[in-house]
Amino acid sequence: MKLRTGLILTAAAIVLAVISLWVGQQAYTWMPPQASAESILVDNLFSFLVTIGTFIFLGVFVAIAYAVLFQRAGKYDFSDGPHIEGNVTLEVVWTAIPFALVIWIAAYSFQIYDQMSILGPMEHVHMGMAEAAPMGSNEGDKPIEVLARQWTWEFRYPEQNINSTELHLPSNQRATLLLKSEDVIHGFFVPAFRVKQDVIPGEDIIFEFTPVREGKYRLRDSQYSGTYFAAMQTDVVVESPEAHRQWLAEAAAQPPMVAYNEAYADYTKASEKGSRAGWKTVPPAPPPLVNYSGSPLTQE
Amino acid sequence: MTNVLVDETSNNLNQPGEPESWRRFFTFSTDHKVIGIQYIVTAFFFFLVGGIFAMVIRGELITPEADLVDRTVYNAMFTLHGTVMLFLWTFPVLSGLANYLVPLMIGARDMAFPRLNAVAFWMVPVFGIVLMGSFLAPGGPSQAGWWAYPPVSLQNPSGALINGQFLWLLAVALSGVSSIMGAVNIVTTIVRMRAPGMTFFRMPIFVWAVMSAQIIQLFGLPALTAGAVMLLFDLTLGTAFFDPIKGGDPILFQHFFWFYSHPAVYVIILPIFGIFSELFPVYARKPLFGYKVVAISSLVIVALSAVVWVHHMFASGTPGWMRMLFMFSTMLISVPTGIKVFAWVATIWGGKIRLTSAMLFALGGLVMFVFAGITGIMLASAPMDIHVNNTYFVVGHFHYVIFGATVMGVYAALYHWFPKMTGRMYNEGLGQLHFVLTFIGANLNFFPMHPLGLEGMPRRVASYDPEFAFWNVIASIGAFLLGMSTLPFILNMVGSWVQGEKAPDNPWRAIGIEWLVSSPPTHENFEVLPIVVSDPYGYGKSDPLVSNADALEVAHEQH
Repeated sequence: MKLRTGLILTAAAIVLAVISLWVGQQAYTWMPPQASAESILVDNLFSFLVTIGTFIFLGVFVAIAYAVLFQRAGKYDFSDGPHIEGNVTLEVVWTAIPFALVIWIAAYSFQIYDQMSILGPMEHVHMGMAEAAPMGSNEGDKPIEVLARQWTWEFRYPEQNINSTELHLPSNQRATLLLKSEDVIHGFFVPAFRVKQDVIPGEDIIFEFTPVREGKYRLRDSQYSGTYFAAMQTDVVVESPEAHRQWLAEAAAQPPMVAYNEAYADYTKASEKGSRAGWKTVPPAPPPLVNYSGSPLTQE
Repeated sequence: MTNVLVDETSNNLNQPGEPESWRRFFTFSTDHKVIGIQYIVTAFFFFLVGGIFAMVIRGELITPEADLVDRTVYNAMFTLHGTVMLFLWTFPVLSGLANYLVPLMIGARDMAFPRLNAVAFWMVPVFGIVLMGSFLAPGGPSQAGWWAYPPVSLQNPSGALINGQFLWLLAVALSGVSSIMGAVNIVTTIVRMRAPGMTFFRMPIFVWAVMSAQIIQLFGLPALTAGAVMLLFDLTLGTAFFDPIKGGDPILFQHFFWFYSHPAVYVIILPIFGIFSELFPVYARKPLFGYKVVAISSLVIVALSAVVWVHHMFASGTPGWMRMLFMFSTMLISVPTGIKVFAWVATIWGGKIRLTSAMLFALGGLVMFVFAGITGIMLASAPMDIHVNNTYFVVGHFHYVIFGATVMGVYAALYHWFPKMTGRMYNEGLGQLHFVLTFIGANLNFFPMHPLGLEGMPRRVASYDPEFAFWNVIASIGAFLLGMSTLPFILNMVGSWVQGEKAPDNPWRAIGIEWLVSSPPTHENFEVLPIVVSDPYGYGKSDPLVSNADALEVAHEQH
């Protein structure tokens, strides 16, 4: 009997493991394109978490479903089940295994986070102190400034003296950004890069990652920032280093123009018509003067 | 000592022999059973209000453009949806269940401080009205999200002194005071007023879980309440605790907020764990597996819950070492939680299962909780969280916890104890219809949020890129179904209370002191206090739970 139970359990575990590994592989397709070095690391971690999670979920679910389907009381059966108060071995096992498992998951996550080093190498100092020596690895050494305000993204390339409302980055090079907010907390989030960092007023944050795949990706505000929060989006363009140099040169030659800004345009249009419904809002900041503003009216 | 306390309250506050009129639910009653039902009914009213806000949100999100309501209205809707659902539904309904059940389960005649109890309850409608009144404030209700992060929460575009954010903060501070009063009362009751023989390790797990949850309220709520008051000062009096322009630190508020608001999740989920631990033994006819470990694991969760709050701030202004430290502590909390899940599965396993409405909701809640636990581990992993932080993945995760596990668990409890509370049986068919609609609706509504979050849709957006439309339509359909699912429940509860079949003392053949007295129990519950002689959950053997079961209610039979 014991041998038979053991065999059934082993067989069930193998079936669940195979299903879980397969689901874990599917997990890669649930993510946006892998456009940064960090995204590959995060997706591997996610696939691993999905594999383990599927195994646990199915294990518990199958046990419950089996009991519900096959261990029902008969209509007139008013007897009790066996009086089993517990089983020390079993309880030790199901404490020890999850404990080991979370240590494994945490260690693996730590390793991934360390490799990403999006806030620079992990030093045991407060961020305010780490700021003093930013790791400049852009071509120009000075980080690209990301200026967030309600509700617009502006990017400033200090070396070339360019302002843009579209972020252009060369591929396969470490991008270093200096995140600044002028009013409230915003969040710098590019799903295709799997990176995110709150942009905090009064605190300059150095933020790093490495784009690896050319293309155009969405950059979204991820920290709720007030009325037009949802409209605070723009594009990131990852291009080859040559194309990037060319873009820098062309943009630098452009005279500054007023950029298009969805929040500002909506607000002004509605206010002029006197048709703005809803409650009084913080007015959007005027659109910035930029050398380059992407192609605002043809959003994908 | 215990009896002296009880006698004093009974002499001062209750008139024995007074007829049990429905009017007592609208009075300043000090009967814990009346207060329990007052809490539950008031909370359910606000659950419907919060649900209407959710319908507006899902109505807006059924299309990518911001076209149903103005963005300010949308922002007010999600702010109030979160606030109402937490402070006016989940906390009060759980307070109601704890109020009703704890004294009965530990063999006490009432709570330790009955008048404090009534004051704590009556603050709920007061701050409910304050919060709803903010619709009339200049500039409308708060639009800063239920986290009320500064500086957004300090912007006050209307310029008025009494504005929506002011009323919101006032309501939250009042809610905090009310909950602290409730916590003092419940913890004191459990520690001081247990019946003879009711040792700590003979208490039902629900009582353990409620005690653990209320201990969190005692250490955590002062932080949130203080944070809310400081924010109120910043907003109204011009102080600069959190305003960066004046040299304040907005991140400090996040620490105050999450120091309470993460443990708050355990304040919510621990009583639900208690409900699961009560219901599975009854409807599987087996003792709770590993009772002592399940009891202790609640306290371990309490201890760990105090040191995990920064996982809400992995993408905020936090240094790497802090992120890693809190990643480890957060993951550890899955160990005591896992122990409970495995214990419930082992309780069900090999039992004689009866799928009543209560059991269906408990099982459905357990399955959804396990799913939420797995996405919870993913969120605990800092590199993974950085991608999905503040996206719909998080919204999906916590709705599986707060709706999937918590609301389903509350429904399970309401069905299970409905005969005890009202003296009537509910309609089983309507109950099962309610379960099917709720379970399908909840999964349709909240599952799509996970793929949306993974693809990068931020939470709190009124408009979104068209690529997210597919899953949003499904979620909205699920939400409307979920809204409809409350109709058979309301019909069942109201109809059965008015003209349901009379309930016997113990319709489920459950073991527990509350099932030894009549349905509903009389004023003061027990004429003679029970003398407990057995461990709880004695299914499968025939030991009596108390030595004086026949003597508990002499007075009742004399009426």
